[in-house]
Amino acid sequence: MQKRIAICAVAQIKNDPNLWYARFQNMLLECFEGIMSQANVSFDMEKGIRTVITCSDDVWDARTISDNGMTDVVGAHFRGEEKMAQESLNGLGYAMASILSGHDDVVLYMGHMKESQPESRNMCTNLAFDPFYCRPLGMDFVNVNAMQARVYMEKSGVTEEHLAKIVVRSRQKAKENPFARENEPINEDDVMKSPLLADPLRQLHYYPTTDWAFGMLLCNEERVKEFTDKPVWITGYASCMDSYFLGDKDLTSNFSLKNATERALKKAGIKNVTKDIQLFELCDHAAYQLPMWAEGIGLAKEGKGGKWIDDGGMDEFNVNMSGGMLNGNPLLLGGAARAIECFYQLRGEAGKRQVKGAKRALAQSTYGAAGQHQAVVIFEV
Amino acid sequence: MAHKKNRNVAIIGIGQTKHSSHREDVNQPEMIHEAVSAALKDANISIKDVDCIVHGNMELFEMIHQPDLWHVLGTGAYGKDSIRITTGGTVGTTLACASDNLVASGMYDIVMAIGFEKLQEGHTTGGITNMADPLWFRNLQTGALTGSTAYDVIQEFGEDRAKRAAMMYRIIMDKHACLNPNAHRAFGLDFDQVETLMNTSPKLVGELRLIHMCSQSDGACAVIFASEKKAKELSKKPVWIRDHITIHREETFNIFGYHKDYPVLKTHKFAAEQLFKRNDIKNPLEYFDVFEMYDPAAWWGLDWLRDFFFLKGDEHLRLVENKEIMIGGSMPINPSGGVIASNPIGATALLRVAEAALQVRGDAGAHQIPKEVKHALASGFGGTMWTVLMMLEKELSW
Repeated sequence: MQKRIAICAVAQIKNDPNLWYARFQNMLLECFEGIMSQANVSFDMEKGIRTVITCSDDVWDARTISDNGMTDVVGAHFRGEEKMAQESLNGLGYAMASILSGHDDVVLYMGHMKESQPESRNMCTNLAFDPFYCRPLGMDFVNVNAMQARVYMEKSGVTEEHLAKIVVRSRQKAKENPFARENEPINEDDVMKSPLLADPLRQLHYYPTTDWAFGMLLCNEERVKEFTDKPVWITGYASCMDSYFLGDKDLTSNFSLKNATERALKKAGIKNVTKDIQLFELCDHAAYQLPMWAEGIGLAKEGKGGKWIDDGGMDEFNVNMSGGMLNGNPLLLGGAARAIECFYQLRGEAGKRQVKGAKRALAQSTYGAAGQHQAVVIFEV
Repeated sequence: MAHKKNRNVAIIGIGQTKHSSHREDVNQPEMIHEAVSAALKDANISIKDVDCIVHGNMELFEMIHQPDLWHVLGTGAYGKDSIRITTGGTVGTTLACASDNLVASGMYDIVMAIGFEKLQEGHTTGGITNMADPLWFRNLQTGALTGSTAYDVIQEFGEDRAKRAAMMYRIIMDKHACLNPNAHRAFGLDFDQVETLMNTSPKLVGELRLIHMCSQSDGACAVIFASEKKAKELSKKPVWIRDHITIHREETFNIFGYHKDYPVLKTHKFAAEQLFKRNDIKNPLEYFDVFEMYDPAAWWGLDWLRDFFFLKGDEHLRLVENKEIMIGGSMPINPSGGVIASNPIGATALLRVAEAALQVRGDAGAHQIPKEVKHALASGFGGTMWTVLMMLEKELSW
């Protein structure tokens, strides 16, 4: 087992469909001030924050070096700044490395994404495909996820009714979360009648485009008392990359998630995922992914995702009490939103959605089409 | 005194491609695979031994969103932990710093950093210009092309001396590049061309001329980092990472409104001061045996010597004029030919670390400096005047 790091403070803005009146600098500044008001931390070169990790993306911001425009609002003027150019949960893993290496005692981690800015999210994710074979076919994360949805639903007995149940539950949970995106109230019939995005994915099966920003203050075990009385510990992080071409892999194998989970649990010294962990936050970009990732992590038996939903698995294992990605977080920041829910829950500050007595939580995130890259982080109090 | 570190980390494998304007024979994953294979061969390990891949470049140069997803075909990341970290031009050194952190943390024993760029597949200056704030500065941006340093050096030292020193710097870099088989541009320039080039090379901005400026290249670099235990087991010549520092600054307000009576705090100088202070190095010019500097243009290379080595007056000009920065001089700068010779941007700063490590090992071939290299320095430059510095050591003795 390796050493752990602490999350000392968290700040965020409300997830919003279109923050047309705020630039990303404004969004970040609010989070930055939130962190500064919670923790007595400085930017002193000896004792304070020397390194800021940020998370954003050049394509989504239509800006080369997207971290360039935020240096001053995250306190990185004449300090270190490094951009996690990957799904935001990996930024916690990198912060862990920066701190456990001894290089930094304290790290500020901030991220932003405005999905309302690009004309189309599919145009952005189409650029993730190689320019020779896949891009000209019009592949993007939605239509490739639809292919995965089709084979997964077939394999695991997941039906339209199951998907509708997942979406309605997500909206209900999100109502209890003051930072969640505010969506129209819906019922299962609305979900099953919503327009098709890419068969079998319907509009309401997919997370809505969202603007959001967050900040987190992290530090080593030795200095945690300087910044908080209620730390939440990060005890394990791992990620895994699957192969690229769809024909090179079994789309339902959960190869990368199984590997990432196994490695993260090992690092955190956890043997039994369902017994030792009381709360799970999964990045369900689309409704079918919730049972699929639950299979990958080991909450549901392989190929039994449909039955797992019927048996009340989502509530039994406290999955996505925040409402999940499905209710609306920006694509790159789903993992950070999952981590923040784990933070509130483990501190006992989750209000009406509080899971009683939760001591450990797991957050999962993914990037790429059909879950190509997966990351898992384990939290503990 | 030393910066604290959980455990020691060494470079045990180095690989790079030939850098060129058009690597049309390979696509991006294939080009990366060349560097990865070379690094694994150099370390005498297989991809199975690597625990984590760290990948970086700039998305808008080639317009590939999160290219590590496609590049898994060439990086070897399949089934492994894999992280993507970027910081603009500094990204290569950031990859090295990140790899050092990942190994030192105890989370991974062997990490491979991969930097690449295939600039022929995009528009470099367009990509860089896109960095500027769309409302305030994008219409004024000229990419990385700026004549302000040339103006400053000319103001301070007079036109003739300044122009000669900058061209001298440029020709020395070309002489070095001619000794490096991987360099992109190696023209065979000679010192008797100083005056001709000063006057005939096309102007880009002010006194920044085409010949002063770095290339835009295709190329990749891979560097393998290992924990002390693994490094001692696997490598005959591990190169130790002593410390590193990253210093960024805000994007706009300092760039304009420049006045010599109110000198703007410079990240290179600030980074060097902080890094050398915490490692108890009082005279960096004496301490280091070689310096691989991210020098995007001859004027910058010339001017920045002063910032990195705390030089006074015209000491930096004299280092160049007396050819002390040449292979065989007292402080060889960029024996590889540097950035002016080869600039696949996402790989460029990692190449600085790689080339500095090759010098420490004594494995740089024709561009190996003649004296023993015990202490080497590598720098990265990017963003709006951002700095990353990394210190390499032959012995674990600090």
